[in-house]
Amino acid sequence: MSEHNKDIDQPTGVETTGHEWDGIKELNNPLPRWWLYIWYATIAFSIGYMVVMPAIPALPGMGTNTRGLAGQSDRIAVAEQVESLRTQRSASGAALLTASLEEIETDRELQQFAMASGESAFGDNCATCHGAGGRGAKGYPTLADDAWLWSGTLEGIQYTLQHGIRHEEDPETRFSLMPAFGRDRLLERQEIDDVVNHVLSLSGREVDEAASSRGAEIFAAQCASCHGADGAGDRTFGAPNLTDDIWVFGSEYRDVYNSVYNARNAHMPAWGERLDEATIKSLAVYVHSLGGGE
Amino acid sequence: MSRVTLITPKSPPPAPPPQDLYAKRKQIYPKLAHGKFRTVKWVAMAGMLGIYYLVPWLRWDRGTGVPDQAVLADFGGERFFFFGIEIWPQEAYYLAGLMILAALGLFLVTSLFGRVWCGYACPQTVWTDLYIWVERAFEGDRAARMRLDAKPMSFNKAWRKVGKHAVWLFIAFVTGGAFILYFHDAQMIAQTFFIGEAPLSAYWFAAILTFTTYALAGTMREQVCTYLCPWPRIQAALTDEHALNVTYRYDRGEPRGPHRKGESWDGRGDCIDCKQCVQVCPMGIDIRDGAQLECIHCALCIDACDEMMKKVDRPTGLIAYDTDVAVARRAAGMPTQYRLIRARTVLYAALMVAIAALMAWGLLNRGTFEVNVLKDRSPPYVRLSEGDIRNGYTLKLVNKSGEAREMSLEANGIDGLELEVIGLEATEAGRMLLPVAAHGVDRYRIFVTVPKETADGRDHFTLLLQDTATGELHGNRTSFMAPGD
Repeated sequence: MSEHNKDIDQPTGVETTGHEWDGIKELNNPLPRWWLYIWYATIAFSIGYMVVMPAIPALPGMGTNTRGLAGQSDRIAVAEQVESLRTQRSASGAALLTASLEEIETDRELQQFAMASGESAFGDNCATCHGAGGRGAKGYPTLADDAWLWSGTLEGIQYTLQHGIRHEEDPETRFSLMPAFGRDRLLERQEIDDVVNHVLSLSGREVDEAASSRGAEIFAAQCASCHGADGAGDRTFGAPNLTDDIWVFGSEYRDVYNSVYNARNAHMPAWGERLDEATIKSLAVYVHSLGGGE
Repeated sequence: MSRVTLITPKSPPPAPPPQDLYAKRKQIYPKLAHGKFRTVKWVAMAGMLGIYYLVPWLRWDRGTGVPDQAVLADFGGERFFFFGIEIWPQEAYYLAGLMILAALGLFLVTSLFGRVWCGYACPQTVWTDLYIWVERAFEGDRAARMRLDAKPMSFNKAWRKVGKHAVWLFIAFVTGGAFILYFHDAQMIAQTFFIGEAPLSAYWFAAILTFTTYALAGTMREQVCTYLCPWPRIQAALTDEHALNVTYRYDRGEPRGPHRKGESWDGRGDCIDCKQCVQVCPMGIDIRDGAQLECIHCALCIDACDEMMKKVDRPTGLIAYDTDVAVARRAAGMPTQYRLIRARTVLYAALMVAIAALMAWGLLNRGTFEVNVLKDRSPPYVRLSEGDIRNGYTLKLVNKSGEAREMSLEANGIDGLELEVIGLEATEAGRMLLPVAAHGVDRYRIFVTVPKETADGRDHFTLLLQDTATGELHGNRTSFMAPGD
């Protein structure tokens, strides 16, 4: 605004910016000078900051941003924090190595540490198949129930974790093979139907009595060696109990028929190859706590 | 009531000099006032500073294992202690309620009496007042200070300046130091602070508050109120023409002018233009210009003016707590009216009473025991080998009392339901007895199993907890999930 055309607000004596909205005029109060000085100070600070901290990106010839005199790097800082956490935990981790699984479970401090690290390792490695909290899925056993194929003790769970199931690269893996009775032509379709009827009758299902009694003979000849004469299973072979209500691969007729025809022989990796011993122990303690531990 | 036009007493300003983009700060030398309001302010200052510095040292016995400090914000222990009241993090709504009460209190007081908060109670005002008192002790009152500042540096000037800043810094440090006493055990932190063993945060906050106290109360003063604080802007929306503000009664004062002893008062106002009101003003303004953003309503100009009015033998109260409407009505020759009971004051007061009552009711009726049942989300249920269905829960027992308790637990509501608490054996009588520590939260894992015959879809059952000593009963109805619809 030109010098002679200044609009002065009457009550305050302050000139206006000339802007007016609905009769309200904007006063052009002078800024306190110390605000200006603070602004200068922030500029000075920002220059210092650019020198000390990583700042200017992609200068020609640099290929990357300027590093700054302080050598600050979030990536390195995170790595250092992770490392220091690992050092902090190594004391408890070392205690896990020397203590027996029973000692870990009864010592409150060790148990809490094992549960925390076990839960996190479970989420990273196991929950993909076994589900959060070991809820299980079709083909993947529920770890929270009271039925176990191989073993539900602390040591047994640790062994399974360490060596896996049917993990052929590990000589000590838990191993057994059920024949594919249908696919390999060991039994005729009619015979399989009879066996399935018998197997379903073991858990109290209503079945065709005639077929079931024919199936009982076949069961005694072909299945009882592993699943037991009464069908209660045998953990030596990881042979499931056929008389209870737990069916990893489904309890319907066609599910069981499919199991007899094709065999299942599921696989679990040997985690000893991938995880350290302390983590395996923590996992054993965690899985044992889910509700089925023996 | 007829509308009254409010007149601004100021005469049209002379042609202004070319305006600078930036305003240089004008040094203010507030003169010491004597009178009613100055006395009130001294007393209020002593009371508030006393509360601030002494409260952390008060003790309050709460039993063993719990801090015995009367007022303590214990972040480590996640508790807020206020005498007999113990607030847990999940009860932070009491603190929110206090804030709402404080806000409404400000609204109410502002709509009744203007900026009482700014003038008497704001820490900025209280500490600035204290700092000015120190300044006066070293450099003298207004006139002496102005003379001293105009003089070249000398030994006399130097020691007064150095002494003043040293005392300011000491007060600032004591202020910052007292702040951290509210967050740690006062006796403990007062010892560890000086041997370098206090937590880093204690030093950090003490340093920040030392700096801010020194800077805001010592050097920035009125700049804080005028340029940093949002409250002067907000209060413009809360005060109105009926609020009792510190007001120059222009109806009585104008036309102003010097008055010589013995001259007649006819045809002129009572204001003798002695500028005492301007000289005592810590904000460096002239109250006779009317209500202004800068005015913190400290009422020191009332004291200054009353003193002068007595000297010239006129009635006091030329500057007084008055309303814009009353002044305007008198100026127009109408009788004065005061309306302290208005829609907004009634609303604020009613809201305050309602919220205070709600909080008091909540505090008086809050239980010292809480049961939280968290149902496992994965797995939602587990089928056991016999076909029975089991659900897992985490039971959180919150004991806010100072006594350890033993709670007996039972569950019922579904036929054949069985209850198992992990790590706890039932007594011979078949009771589950759960110990709960004093002032603490105990967690228990529980399994509830329902036979397959009665488990069907979503069902509910009740967990009953009974204090074995007092018989106090707590029930928690919770859901049970099973396959089915």
